[in-house]
Amino acid sequence: MTKSRTHYLNVNHTVGSWLFTVDHKRIGLMYLGTILFFFLLGGIAAVLFRVELMTPGSTLMESETYNRLFTMHGITMIFFFLVPSIPAVLGNFLLPIMLGAKDLAFPKLNLASWYVFTIGGLLGLGSIIFGGVDTGWTFYTPYSSTYANSQVILAALGIFIAGFASIMTGLNFIVTIHKMRAPGLTWFRLPLFVWAHYATSIIIILGTPVIAITILLVAIERIFQVGIFDPALGGDPVLFQHLFWFYSHPAVYIMILPGMGVISEIIACFSRKRIFGYKVVAMSSLAIAILGFFVWGHHMFVSSQSMYAGMVFSILSFLVAIPSAIKVFNWTATLYGGSIKLDTPMLYALGFIGLFTIGGLTGLFLATMAINIHVHDTYFVVAHFHYVMVGGMVMAFFGGLHFWWPKMTGRHFSEMLGRITAVVIFIGFNLTFFPQFIVGYLGMPRRYHIYPEEFQIFHVLSTAGAAVLAVGYLLMAAYLFHSLILGKRSSRNPWKAIGLEWTIPSPPPTENFIDTPVVDYEAYDYSLERAYEDDEEDHS
Amino acid sequence: MNILSSFLPDQASTLAADVDQLYLFLIGVSMFFCLLIGGLVIGFVFKFRRRSDADRPAPTRENHGLEILWSVIPLVLVIIMFVWGAVLFYKQWRPPADAMEILVTGKQWMWKMQHPSGRSEINDLHVPLGRPIRLTMTSEDVIHSFFIPAFRTKADVVPGRYTRTWFTPTQLGSFHLFCAEYCGAEHSLMKGWVHVVEEEEYERWARGDDLDTALLSPVEAGERLFTELGCMACHNPDSGALGPALDGLFMSEVTLVDGRVVVADEAYIRESILEPMAKVTAGYQPLMPTYKGQIDEAQLMQIISYIKSL
Repeated sequence: MTKSRTHYLNVNHTVGSWLFTVDHKRIGLMYLGTILFFFLLGGIAAVLFRVELMTPGSTLMESETYNRLFTMHGITMIFFFLVPSIPAVLGNFLLPIMLGAKDLAFPKLNLASWYVFTIGGLLGLGSIIFGGVDTGWTFYTPYSSTYANSQVILAALGIFIAGFASIMTGLNFIVTIHKMRAPGLTWFRLPLFVWAHYATSIIIILGTPVIAITILLVAIERIFQVGIFDPALGGDPVLFQHLFWFYSHPAVYIMILPGMGVISEIIACFSRKRIFGYKVVAMSSLAIAILGFFVWGHHMFVSSQSMYAGMVFSILSFLVAIPSAIKVFNWTATLYGGSIKLDTPMLYALGFIGLFTIGGLTGLFLATMAINIHVHDTYFVVAHFHYVMVGGMVMAFFGGLHFWWPKMTGRHFSEMLGRITAVVIFIGFNLTFFPQFIVGYLGMPRRYHIYPEEFQIFHVLSTAGAAVLAVGYLLMAAYLFHSLILGKRSSRNPWKAIGLEWTIPSPPPTENFIDTPVVDYEAYDYSLERAYEDDEEDHS
Repeated sequence: MNILSSFLPDQASTLAADVDQLYLFLIGVSMFFCLLIGGLVIGFVFKFRRRSDADRPAPTRENHGLEILWSVIPLVLVIIMFVWGAVLFYKQWRPPADAMEILVTGKQWMWKMQHPSGRSEINDLHVPLGRPIRLTMTSEDVIHSFFIPAFRTKADVVPGRYTRTWFTPTQLGSFHLFCAEYCGAEHSLMKGWVHVVEEEEYERWARGDDLDTALLSPVEAGERLFTELGCMACHNPDSGALGPALDGLFMSEVTLVDGRVVVADEAYIRESILEPMAKVTAGYQPLMPTYKGQIDEAQLMQIISYIKSL
């Protein structure tokens, strides 16, 4: 323990060595810091408006403030946290290692993507500092293009620029997966995490340019009064919704697919089993990615879209349920006959299965046209997408963060605090969002600052849940931070997992692998000896 | 049923119970799968918990039969959901032919309703019990959405377009009316009440028995505007010279100068008033001035109502 081994963190301590690094692991950590900042920002906004919503009237703030807070929450959480969360942090860190490569295909492009993302994020931050945006994250026209009196341009520009970072990352992943797999690592030996990122990258590359153009058109209409979306200028407001959802529905899959990849890794490790129906799970990611592009109209059943278009979008939306259901059933079947250990990451993974199941099933309500008419734009929708985005994606992100924390930092967090926190977050989440399904069906519209008194009880429950959730997140921040300084040092394979990333030291050396690994076994082959060996050798 | 009904809004229209039935079916299916998945996960976690670090589970055995089974069962279920939902949606979409038309204009942040009798109201909507009501709606500014939870009805109200929704009230009382599409600062105050009253009470109310001033129906108001704006100068069946006659125009087929044939619906008439050059009728010169900015959406609806009556 006297002299430490050189690894990617201690190889150089200068600020410049971080700002000019092309090491995918360091860039992953830089992304982690950046997106956690936005997660905090979006979380603070949520806490503020949840406290306001405890009473039906206006108590702490004016409607204009309330509208800016929910917009800030939506924009930061979606564009600056959820979209980059797993791909840019865990994907960046792990993808090359899982492939047996020394870095991504284009390390400098990877660094550039962080700068581009940060510039986009700063513009987004600027829009908040200079007065905020009050359009909702959906930017519906003509409100956003003509009527809104807030920092729409700045926020739009931020999202436009951050989109390029997504595209750079997606391109990098696709090329890396195609060209840099280790000898013997065939497509069907890839971890499902890699498959999920492959599918995600395809959506990013095909979808992101559309949102960029759409947001740009809103800005053009706003600045130059060119009639595109505002009927007073000769435009069509519903056209905006088509363009917006053409990206923003697939974006839901950009957010959830990487989470599904993480869950597959965790479940395989903590039940010591190959994922049941590996090929079907891999292909279902691609199926979701492709089908996801043809369902955008289910956001528009009441928008004056034609009835027959609605029916086509309805049936296609139902079809997305099939690959999603297959994944859930296959994860459950993987547990059968396994050797299951409930460590912190596994608690998040099992929580994900439960919450994603509820989120997915309530998606069927929304795909059902007759029900959609009633619950569209109510809290039912709010509850549904939080079950998928927070119950699904955020649980997966934190599950993954805990799973690979020892690899990334070389330190262990307190396992007991980790488990307690996972349970606190699960309870807090359900208490926050389950009442919203009920109040939504009762008719409570979303984005309402002032609401009828009979809905108050549900809002009080929701706010109480949000407080529990906030305690959970703060607890996590505390013990993870603590582990960075005082955590027990981790061995190379603390969870006794099979993936290539567990064959190299924790934290890994800059070049990941001294010798290029040769893969002569299937993914998740838990009959291999190395899943059962103690590895205390690399402590010094 | 009592406990259940506290989780459902009032069922105050003919379609509300149908929507709730489908909703309860979906809840049943969802609960079944939640309990199934939850039960299996908890059961497996308990039964197959790791007893020693040396545990070596048998490798995963593939079972294609099982995978096909749990692909086909959800597929069948979602097809049932789709068909049921689409059939009901078709009913929600098509108003009965004998429905009474009420005109609705949305603007930041109020609703204006015009009844056939000529009476208007803001943020309140009086409707007679048991009579099918069709709402024809448009917006003066941004997109709004007309939402009555007790009727399970909602439709966006879009500037530049006419949208439609309908319902038949089945329960007396006052029910919430909300704007469901975010429309700016006072979005959450853009709400009101739908008052379902007995037929005779509605008739008295609609005649304005409680008011002093005489009321004009949209058709009458439209006729007055038609005269005031000088439309008669050209669109006069007697003069027959400058503009096409408008008798029986509504929903008829109109041949344009470029040979296209269009149906003269509300949107066509509106466009012809605001942008006369867009679709010029064959046999006429493009002479008509635009009325954009001179009349508001409510007045446009009145003129269209008048033209429909010709």
